[in-house]
Amino acid sequence: MSAQIAWRLRSWLVRSIREPFLDPYLLGALVLLAVIGLTTLYSASDLDRHLVLGQALRFLLGGVLMLLIARVPPQLWRNWTPWLYLASLVLLIAVALLGQGRGANRWLNLGVMRFQPSELVKLTLPMMVAWFLHARELPPRWLTLVMVAVLIAVPAWLIARQPDLGTALLVAASGVFAIFLAGLAWWRIGLVLAAGAGAAPLAWHFMHEYQRNRLRMFLDPESDPLGNGWHIIQSEIAVGSGGWFGKGWHHGTQSQLEFLPEHNTDFIFAVFSEEWGLIGILCLLALYLFIVGRGLMIAANARDVYSRLLAGSISMAFFVYVMVNGGMITGLLPVVGVPLPLVSYGGTSAVSLLAGFGMLMSIHAHRKLSSR
Amino acid sequence: MNKKLDSNPRNRIRDVQREATAFRTRAIVGFLIIFICLGILAMRFAFLQIDRHDEFSARSDQNRISIRSIPPTRGLIYDRNGVPLAENTAAFRLEVVPDDVVDMKKTLAQLGDVIALSDDDIERFDALRKTKHSFDSIILRFKLSEDEIARFSTQRWRFPGVDVVPYLTRAYPLGEEFAHVVGYVGRIDVNDAQTLDAARYDGTTHIGKTGVERKYEDELHGEPGFEEVEVNVNKKEIRKIRRVPPTPGKNLYLTIDARLQKATEDAFEGRAGSAVAIDPRNGEVLAMVSVPSFDPNLFVNGIGRVDYATLLNAPEKPLLNRAISANYTPGSTVKPYLGLGGLELGLRKPSDTVLSVGEFFIPGQSRGYRDDKKGGHGRVDLVQAIAQSVNTYFYSLAYDMRIDRFSDWMGKFGFGRPTGIDLVGETSGVLPSQQWKRARMNQPWYPGETVIAGIGQGYWVITPIQLAVADAMMAARGVRHVPHLLRAEQSGINTEAELIPLAPAAPSIIRNSENWEPVLQGMIAVVNGGGTANGLGKDFPYVIAGKTGTAERFSRTDESWTNIMSVAVERHQVLFEAFTPADDARIAVIAALEAGHTGAHDAAPIARKVLDEWLKDDDDKGAPEKGVVAK
Repeated sequence: MSAQIAWRLRSWLVRSIREPFLDPYLLGALVLLAVIGLTTLYSASDLDRHLVLGQALRFLLGGVLMLLIARVPPQLWRNWTPWLYLASLVLLIAVALLGQGRGANRWLNLGVMRFQPSELVKLTLPMMVAWFLHARELPPRWLTLVMVAVLIAVPAWLIARQPDLGTALLVAASGVFAIFLAGLAWWRIGLVLAAGAGAAPLAWHFMHEYQRNRLRMFLDPESDPLGNGWHIIQSEIAVGSGGWFGKGWHHGTQSQLEFLPEHNTDFIFAVFSEEWGLIGILCLLALYLFIVGRGLMIAANARDVYSRLLAGSISMAFFVYVMVNGGMITGLLPVVGVPLPLVSYGGTSAVSLLAGFGMLMSIHAHRKLSSR
Repeated sequence: MNKKLDSNPRNRIRDVQREATAFRTRAIVGFLIIFICLGILAMRFAFLQIDRHDEFSARSDQNRISIRSIPPTRGLIYDRNGVPLAENTAAFRLEVVPDDVVDMKKTLAQLGDVIALSDDDIERFDALRKTKHSFDSIILRFKLSEDEIARFSTQRWRFPGVDVVPYLTRAYPLGEEFAHVVGYVGRIDVNDAQTLDAARYDGTTHIGKTGVERKYEDELHGEPGFEEVEVNVNKKEIRKIRRVPPTPGKNLYLTIDARLQKATEDAFEGRAGSAVAIDPRNGEVLAMVSVPSFDPNLFVNGIGRVDYATLLNAPEKPLLNRAISANYTPGSTVKPYLGLGGLELGLRKPSDTVLSVGEFFIPGQSRGYRDDKKGGHGRVDLVQAIAQSVNTYFYSLAYDMRIDRFSDWMGKFGFGRPTGIDLVGETSGVLPSQQWKRARMNQPWYPGETVIAGIGQGYWVITPIQLAVADAMMAARGVRHVPHLLRAEQSGINTEAELIPLAPAAPSIIRNSENWEPVLQGMIAVVNGGGTANGLGKDFPYVIAGKTGTAERFSRTDESWTNIMSVAVERHQVLFEAFTPADDARIAVIAALEAGHTGAHDAAPIARKVLDEWLKDDDDKGAPEKGVVAK
């Protein structure tokens, strides 16, 4: 019995090596990123082994999920897409009705574990948009655009009212990227952007007071250095005091002495900047760029429209994490709670990110025959 | 393909290859946009980390490094023989960290049941809170009693953020005896805080308020040290980076002899007055007493309002340092100086005599100026005039001298201006002159006022220290030394005390040294030659020279002259000045009583007791460098 299992495992391994369904470049980059993330977290948490082990466990869970998803051909995923999308919408509504969480309703208690449906949407929304677009004429026209906009807006609005602006932004971005990659004409893009700019004052009207404060603080953090501006100021100090080479691992005073708030989660990038300096930052940004580029390459080589759009939008959404988080900690963008992918402490985003990469791996494994 | 067919998606045959190429273009454009965005992000990092690195580095250090000053230990004060006059003793105080207190009002109210808190304490605490951070520890009460500490310890759990902290408090072991000389320290108040160097006094709670404690605040205070501490965001200390220890204040050795001081104070037996003893050779103040006195220890940790009001309003004015700031009419004590002036200015020869008939008249005036003795003393020369304190001799001399030369000459003895003793609050007294009267009263000078000035009456008032300095000048044949209280300084426990160099003395005011002899003879005769204080020198190994003074407490010329005390117990202010050994004096002493019968009867015995005590220790007085004990 056990011999049989061992034989099967062996043959699976042999097959995997001969015909790798996991892209070694992407996998290598992700492992490297995870190692950097855990190292940084170990320092940021002031050598809290328990915390780092927990995070590693989540990476492992995410990795297994990635393997499982990668084993399923994209065609199957495509067929299930509408149902998955609908299911995630139902869960979002359930959160709105009976969710729980500190300050914001994001969590659904499933008894054994707590679950954040918005993380699921990060995957199902781009799937849905890709599914919707693949059956239609490309590049999309106005009608298609409006319908896609509705597909995006409903879950994004549900998430934004939790309120979780960061995730809503990421979710919406992944949908928008799908449209962009579908070849939406430039002039249409220009018109939409102009309309968006015109509607900006309207957005201010719908914002929560805390969100408005964040925006005000972004414009002038020194106006309230001990209150709302504290995060930005301390983060900039952490980054700026890092210099070329940083203060060294576990020597960042801003984080170790707790001047930097949220240094395990949203502001962990500032810890990294403080301890590794500009050199470290450039390396890390290069790694992120590599992952995004590799994802886009996989997308370009994908077999069908659905796979292409899905792979492309997942890759580009990954960039949004880095950009929004990096922009936040350097004061380039307002404070929005977006984690630094695979570095910030927190399970759900790591798992959903790795699940997304699982989708990329699946698309890579079932790519066009010609490019094999 | 026709256009209509093409526009209908259902009919359109998808061009897979074209779509793939279009996607590829979009993907490349997308990648470029991302590249540019990340490039902007990288530039932002570079801007913060390279361009503004110095600024943020500084702010990061500012965040983490907290500089805490360590207040220096105050220097001690000893007498000339090393007897401690001001010490630092261990005590406990109550401190509160407002950040750790949940409900300040409630906490203070509950604390009040355990530890006595006066309204003053609370008021000061509230004022301090406004000037400090809420994470600073703020002093609520000084000097807890043992009972209070014990009570608090058992209930400490009730008061988070409140703690008993050890500290050094100032103590004056000899209390009242040195209250006016040494003075006292008190809590730094708002007025002090405005003038103090904030950096030097960071962490210091007390400052010299009066006496030597105030005058030598700079020397006694020392230099604060500091600690560079790495702190976290809650200002909690993580580790020490650097510590520069404070430099303790200098220890001071005074010129005062504590034994002599005590004997002097005892000699007053509680009667209000003042006595000063000076070494005429160098101006060292050996004793300086002002009676009544008060307990300086009351002031150190905040005197209560009631106690303070009692001291302040007491009719006998215990807070007043009479020795340097009370006015006495000098009376006959000035006669030797005037006599010397007569010789020096060539108005009299020692052998010149004056006939005393009981009354002196200014030529052409009918108002008489009386002698003490009915019918007069008969014909007297200078020696006899001093010995018997014959008014007529000095009426006539003053009249001949005229007021301008008179005040010039007396000014040389230091009357009418501060002596320059190293204390704060010395007053000038009044040496009358034409200018003074014009400035003060806008009136011309009358010859009769010169006449009574000749016997130390009228407008003329002196402070005891002025008389002591004049007495010491007479003893030192006209050489004036600035009176001083500081003898030596010691910079550290292991260093030798260093004598303070004397200010160079001015040349003698006596031009013809022979003129001094008859005046000295007169002063010797006061004590030993049947003079006004005859018998005072009995059984004393050295010859004592002296002069009595018995001043009217009410003026003869101006009945509206305000009396010094509201209730007149006795008629006179009485004074006595003396020095010994007469021809080579090592001590000059004066005593002044606010109320007494005569100078000889009441003031002279005090001076004798001072000299008796001084005699016991006479050997030590010989060498100025002896007596300082290095601790």
